[in-house]
Amino acid sequence: MVEVPYDSALATQRADETIESPMRRALRRLRRRKGAVAGLIVILIFVVLAVFAPLIAPFDPAAQSWSAVRKAPSALYWFGTDDVGRDVLSRVIFGTRASLLAGVISVGIALSIGVPLGLTAGYLGGWVDAILSRITDAMLAVPFLILAIALAAFLGPSLGNAMIAIGVTTTPIFIRLTRGQVMAVKVEDYVEAARAIGNPRWRIALFHILPNILPALLVQATLSIAAAIIAEAALSFLGLGQQPPAPSWGSMLNSAQRFLTTGPWMAVWPGLAIFLTVLSFNLLGDGLRDALDPKEK
Amino acid sequence: MLTFLAKRILQLIPTLFFVSVLIFSLQQLLPGDPALIMAGEDRDPEVIEQIRKQYRLDQPIPVQYVYWVKGVLSGDLGESMRFKQPVLDLVLQKLPVTMQLASMALVISLLIGISAGIISAVKKDTVWDYAANVFALWGLSTPNFWLGIMMIFLFSVQLGWLPPSGYVPLTEDWRQSLATTIMPAFVLGNAIAAVLMRHTRSAMLQALNSDYVRTARAKGLLERSVVLKHAMRNALTPVITLGALEFGTLLSGAVLTEQIFTIPGFGKLIIDAVFNRDYAVVQGVVLITATTYISLNLLADVLYVMVNPRLRA
Repeated sequence: MVEVPYDSALATQRADETIESPMRRALRRLRRRKGAVAGLIVILIFVVLAVFAPLIAPFDPAAQSWSAVRKAPSALYWFGTDDVGRDVLSRVIFGTRASLLAGVISVGIALSIGVPLGLTAGYLGGWVDAILSRITDAMLAVPFLILAIALAAFLGPSLGNAMIAIGVTTTPIFIRLTRGQVMAVKVEDYVEAARAIGNPRWRIALFHILPNILPALLVQATLSIAAAIIAEAALSFLGLGQQPPAPSWGSMLNSAQRFLTTGPWMAVWPGLAIFLTVLSFNLLGDGLRDALDPKEK
Repeated sequence: MLTFLAKRILQLIPTLFFVSVLIFSLQQLLPGDPALIMAGEDRDPEVIEQIRKQYRLDQPIPVQYVYWVKGVLSGDLGESMRFKQPVLDLVLQKLPVTMQLASMALVISLLIGISAGIISAVKKDTVWDYAANVFALWGLSTPNFWLGIMMIFLFSVQLGWLPPSGYVPLTEDWRQSLATTIMPAFVLGNAIAAVLMRHTRSAMLQALNSDYVRTARAKGLLERSVVLKHAMRNALTPVITLGALEFGTLLSGAVLTEQIFTIPGFGKLIIDAVFNRDYAVVQGVVLITATTYISLNLLADVLYVMVNPRLRA
């Protein structure tokens, strides 16, 4: 080990500070937040469960067994079995797929409609903004889940339609957020500079404004995934999402409700899975918000 | 004040217009011939003809819309295919039940949320603050239908303290009525309590760091009166209006809670309507919720200006 002189160590440290990119700074800050790190780890575990479900699950999630109806948790069936003898653990593992897919895809839908509309409204202003803002107000006036239920009802019950319904219902949040952020950013000097050197408007919006509002969108997207996962579980619980016998946490809770006296474990595990996933996304979202906040040191 | 009110109401008109377009276009999402679908299982040609006439399905869509809005403005929200009753009557029958549930939930969430928020702000960075924050995260992450099921398991199945489902109107027997609604109201209020707690906490922290609180302390006032009189009064103004805005969350939550506890309210009405393909009822419920929410929003804005003298000018 070579001994480094004191002042040279200081110099390298200074150099490090000046070249640290915003991304690395955010990652360093995020690592310091135990809650966010724990959330991220749990999310990664659920992703692994979803991707490798057939390899991890001990049983076929759809295999019924009349000799194993409503068995309490045991060494063979860790989470017990349900009313038609299916392994609850395997169903919870496979259910991860529906929940994560619904969370990511519906927020993806909301982002891909909401961000362009928000950019347009915020950047162009005028009557375009006025109309888009009133439409946003109108959509936000209908309570989230009620609008999602109505959409899912008219589209017909299926997991795909539930994702569309949740995505469309989440869209106004992103229109409003993007619009607000654009309005704040577009008066900055660097936008003015980009305009002065003759960039077309779409180029300014996409390459000068959008990158600067990404942090806010990332935080909101993470928190929206949490809300979308709850919404998918709620729609499936009501029978408007994933259709049986395909496993989903919400529909498992629906059937569990009828067997609270004889098989309470049927209700415990899927609920716990929803809670853990949603909690993790919320923790990660909170952590990201603090880590990406330029005002915080 | 009057000009402010007039301006706010004028702003509502385009919003209400788009709400009506949104709700009207829901029926355009139905695959195939809407008359055929709205007629339900029996497909009686006479009924189909009647629906076609009633909704003017043989005319262009904008014309259909105009007739629909005319009806809505005169209080005609269509007729329920299932109950053969006007939608408005159905909704008005169910509304008091949901209102009782929602008000109880709001009281519970204000009590829990505001006191937890004040405690965690006053005892910042202590075990109390930590506990209140854990509670808020738990409240935001627990699906209320799961919480409801778990509470039924604990308080009805295991302990036998409360009825697992059903509803008794307040006017019939208030004890029974409270017994049937206390669990659902708690389930419903839980998530909102978490939101209110977070807002109260940050508003209180801001107030406690302000100059007027420092002045109050410098005068030698008791800490209790500084917190409760000086800081709290100023901090709670935005929180109370936020309570009105959370009403939408309450209505969304009521749909699930009423389903779990089989309470015959508004939420149960819309779900039953969805599964019986009673589309006019679905539209009616969405329309009335949206209108209620918009009115409450307006009320919250007005209240906010009224209690905040600086905005009154």
